[in-house]
Amino acid sequence: MKKWFEQYPLGTIAFLLPLWVLLYVSLQPIADSIVLVTGLSPGTHLTEAFRFFVFEVPKVLLLLTLIVFAVGIIRSYFSPERTRKILGGKKLFVGNVLASLLGVVTPFCSCSAIPLFLGFVESGIPLGVTFSFLIAAPMINEVALVLLFGLFGWKTALLYMSTGLIIAMVSGYIIGILKLERFVEPWVYEVKAGHLDLQEEKLLFKQRISSGVDAVNEIVSKVWIYIVIGIAVGAGIHGYVPENFMASLMGKSAWWSVPIAVLIGVPMYSNAAGIIPIVQALLEKGASLGTVLAFMMAVIGLSLPETIILKKVLKLPLIFAFVGIVAVGIIIVGYIFNFVY
Amino acid sequence: MKVQILGSGCAKCKTLEERVRQLVTKHQLPVEVEKVTDLQEIIKYGIMMTPGLVVDGVVKSVGSIPKDEQILLWMKGTS
Repeated sequence: MKKWFEQYPLGTIAFLLPLWVLLYVSLQPIADSIVLVTGLSPGTHLTEAFRFFVFEVPKVLLLLTLIVFAVGIIRSYFSPERTRKILGGKKLFVGNVLASLLGVVTPFCSCSAIPLFLGFVESGIPLGVTFSFLIAAPMINEVALVLLFGLFGWKTALLYMSTGLIIAMVSGYIIGILKLERFVEPWVYEVKAGHLDLQEEKLLFKQRISSGVDAVNEIVSKVWIYIVIGIAVGAGIHGYVPENFMASLMGKSAWWSVPIAVLIGVPMYSNAAGIIPIVQALLEKGASLGTVLAFMMAVIGLSLPETIILKKVLKLPLIFAFVGIVAVGIIIVGYIFNFVY
Repeated sequence: MKVQILGSGCAKCKTLEERVRQLVTKHQLPVEVEKVTDLQEIIKYGIMMTPGLVVDGVVKSVGSIPKDEQILLWMKGTS
């Protein structure tokens, strides 16, 4: 397959895209006939759980492949070096807005958070602007968006993305005006980072398509198993947990549910792929959207491993400020949604 | 010739190191392979994504695993 893409990039896309659409629109009949073939009697818990599973797994995997491919191509237009250049010399606020937006499209892995942090700070990008980037980048990722879109619909995906962006902008801005630079480890400012001028060669569109294919190989092969497990658990909840079971625990009337959801979510480290299908099933059983959204943001956006990595460059007060400000932002978002919906 | 792989513990960094070592053994290249995990060292090269691949002090690739043929060309010093 990779060979085709390299030799006939556009032809391969032109061939695969209709195939993708055809498969996608026939998911429901396929799922129904699989259920039929197994001879399970309709209406039972087991049948409904099974139907949910055989429909959702291929659907989400199809969506994931397409979106990761597209995002892989988009990301080939961005690099941390380029983002750093754009952000250099930007003031607070404008910088925060730009950094959050760029955080979404710049290739980022939390394992590179430190070199990136140093590269940004060393080239004079304000601390608050750097944080806007570091908050947006992991929180708004393509896997989370695909799952939200596939399982909740485009409105929720859009809500998640826009509120995530606002949290990144505002939290970074607050960190900026609090002047917390003194809580950055002193060696950070002493280190003389080299400046890499890797000749940014113009990529051919063919090569960009190839980076889309690479992204699919890399990401889909890593997360598919979590998606399958997550949807399996979700299917179980879907079929067996009674209606309104979650209403008293995570419903609207339970005001304390939002902060509790965030408190549980922050130390939890799960990738979006595993957590979102479960959360979707809970929503169906009476949990409220704001609480669910807050929980997901806490799990995906604030991860313990990343915080521990940051300990190498930040002193504790700054880490607490960062986690605290973002957590409060998430709680506010949760309340707003519970109030509006 | 000296080839350095810059990166502290990310999955891609390990893959790249293995890849480079395999290529060196397979083609019996007179190349010294070194893994650099010290952050301050890594940052001196000015990279913001790991892994980085450095051949004789020159950064060749950042944040990705280049194709085998490409790595070979670099290590043979022809490109």
